[in-house]
Amino acid sequence: MPSNKSVSDAPIVQFTNCRILRDHQLQRARARQRRLLAVSQLEEQLYSGRHRSARGRRCPWDPLCPGSMSLGQGRLLLVLQMIRELGVCNCPPREDLWVREGKILNPEKLFFDEKGSADVQLDCKDSIIAPGFIDVQINGGFGVDFSLATDDFKSGIDLVGQKILSHGVTSFCPTLVTSPSSVYHQISVRNGGAHGAGILGAHLEGPFISKEKKGAHPEHCLRTFEAGAFQDLLATYGCLDCVQIVTLAPEMRRSSEVIRELTKRGICVSLGHSVANLSQAEEAVQHGATFITHLFNAMLPFHHRDPGIVGLLTSDRIPAGRRVFYGMISDGIHTNPAALRIAHRAHPKGLVLVTDAMAGMGLAPGRHTLGQQVVEIDGLNTYIAGTKTLSGSVATMDTCVRHFQEATGCSVETALEAASLHPAQLLGIEHKKGTLNYDSDADFLMLNDSLYVQATYIAGEEVWRQDVSGM
Amino acid sequence: MNEWAAKYIRNRIVQFGPGPGRFFTLGLPTGSTPLGCYSKLVEYYRNGDLSFKYVKTFNMDEYVGLPRDHPESYHSFMWNNFFKHIDISPENVHILDGNAPDLQAECDAFEEKIKAAGGIELFVGGIGPDGHIAFNEPGSSLVSRTRVKTLAMDTILANARFFDGDLSKVPTMALTVGVGTVMDAREVMILITGAHKAFALYKAIEDGVNHMWTVSAFQQHPNTVFVCDEDATLELKVKTVKYFKGLMLVHNKLVEPLYSMKEMGTERSQSKKPYISQTTLYALWKGQERLPLSPSCDLPVTCPLALLQGN
Repeated sequence: MPSNKSVSDAPIVQFTNCRILRDHQLQRARARQRRLLAVSQLEEQLYSGRHRSARGRRCPWDPLCPGSMSLGQGRLLLVLQMIRELGVCNCPPREDLWVREGKILNPEKLFFDEKGSADVQLDCKDSIIAPGFIDVQINGGFGVDFSLATDDFKSGIDLVGQKILSHGVTSFCPTLVTSPSSVYHQISVRNGGAHGAGILGAHLEGPFISKEKKGAHPEHCLRTFEAGAFQDLLATYGCLDCVQIVTLAPEMRRSSEVIRELTKRGICVSLGHSVANLSQAEEAVQHGATFITHLFNAMLPFHHRDPGIVGLLTSDRIPAGRRVFYGMISDGIHTNPAALRIAHRAHPKGLVLVTDAMAGMGLAPGRHTLGQQVVEIDGLNTYIAGTKTLSGSVATMDTCVRHFQEATGCSVETALEAASLHPAQLLGIEHKKGTLNYDSDADFLMLNDSLYVQATYIAGEEVWRQDVSGM
Repeated sequence: MNEWAAKYIRNRIVQFGPGPGRFFTLGLPTGSTPLGCYSKLVEYYRNGDLSFKYVKTFNMDEYVGLPRDHPESYHSFMWNNFFKHIDISPENVHILDGNAPDLQAECDAFEEKIKAAGGIELFVGGIGPDGHIAFNEPGSSLVSRTRVKTLAMDTILANARFFDGDLSKVPTMALTVGVGTVMDAREVMILITGAHKAFALYKAIEDGVNHMWTVSAFQQHPNTVFVCDEDATLELKVKTVKYFKGLMLVHNKLVEPLYSMKEMGTERSQSKKPYISQTTLYALWKGQERLPLSPSCDLPVTCPLALLQGN
């Protein structure tokens, strides 16, 4: 078909036969038509109770139709599936994903304004297409530890960025745990591509954290900002240009000033490794904090008379229009599935899946370094060598998504959004990442029904694909 | 009914044998009535039985002043319900632009485009509860051409459901093809479903030609098919309905055998078959009943009025 696209001559790729996650919904499959003997009778019954929705669509079973009738859950789903297989339902067929110049394209605009059409059509074989995962807490992996001062820092970050593509992560925030000042070198922000996932900026976890809840962080590096508040912080970190998130303990003196100053510079402030009570946490939120670092871990446990930081999930003193997000490591070890469910049910829209992966992720069991300490890996468990204190995880992002979905029984859409949309909302970048809306960056994944990543795309280019033999 | 209409359109396109330089021109409606028909056509495309590569389409109407990407504009309607799922080329799609700086010039240009495409082979349309075709409201001239029309209250009320029931949000003007424009098409098919259209259908076919019920103009068109469902016949005389039902077998010849583009190689050599005689035809569609059809029906095809049943 001749195309005379007026806006750009860049090739347009149309991904067909896929189920796109858009507007919090996964578009349902429309199987090929098959004549089922029993269904023609079923069809008679259904259409005798004909009902028109407000849009005049004759589909009583369309869950999107406001006037749809309800039946027992099981029967409704069966009927809907059968109707769709027959194609007698007037529910619109699925949409395709259109990409041009690294962004998701609006095909209607292309059609009417530019009179253009696709240059390449790719059949996705009914995969799920979801926005790429965003990991806002990852300390390293594959033998690389971001907090270790080495000359080879850049290649270490590149290696991890490259390897996590296979886990579905298209953007990440390399995390630096409490370390001596010399370690806080510049992490540069860069776009993702075939070389690896995009770096959004650093996540600085510590050293302004509580001694009692240091977890695996080395005590001798902990600091306070009592003396010079923000200046102290700046002196420790050096430059803040490429920093996205800072985790600190809000009960520390002068934390409010620091939080306000960081928020003013567009840096996301997170509460964690802290013994703050609920009012201290709420005050921190009022000054601008928006995230909780690995909920439940390294903070006071929930108590019914003082819920502590955990209480932020249902606090009524959050400023209007703001949402508190919380990271959860859903590897089944750092949080009991029951606790995961409690948090999810209390505040589902704030849940952000993180891996908190450390250098041992992707490596065989044994001893490895994390920050200034040595840790031991045993399966999915990692402890500080010689103790039973948990220190980071070796779970991968896609494992976390699958485990989250299984443990909470939530929908596939919710699980995928917790790893893509919510982190993007936390960082304030949802206009370009974390969704498949038109004009956002074309960072997306193809997954099968069990949420295993089949292919990863960054800026519309395929950067990783599952080996057929590995399926 | 939707399926019958879609089969009819499919047969017409396939039998026409469109190809490079030989385009099938189709006039298309919007609204709730043709939705089922569009989804069936999309299905035929997906099965490979029909291709829209050499089909040119001309839509009947569009609101004035509504942004083109507004979810209720007819551009969005056609895109979401039809164009996005088929292989039609964007240059072959013509929809009036309700935001053009000079509306009358836009209408005149549309008429020129139809002429340049060689006239419309098959114009599919619906009917309003006030008997209008496209937006040719009661009182429109029966020889009118494409122009700007102010919408009647009836139409605004009927369309309010698409604008959250808020009457102030419904556009009050629209660009529409004229009755004369549709009458120029070589063949016209009008789809009518639902009891609320029953009175309009009665006025259209059992009463005289009257510009207060503009669809009645098609009584004088040499080649029109009215496709309706049971509910739409509620205001017709029992005699009329029975007469047409008795001729069901004849009309099924229009859609059986069902041609497919997959076999287009053999079809191309055959010329277009005249299905039914030259006078106006009425076809009636009856609910969900499936009656056995005799494959070798020898009824004469010269009856002026025919009725369709089943399937």
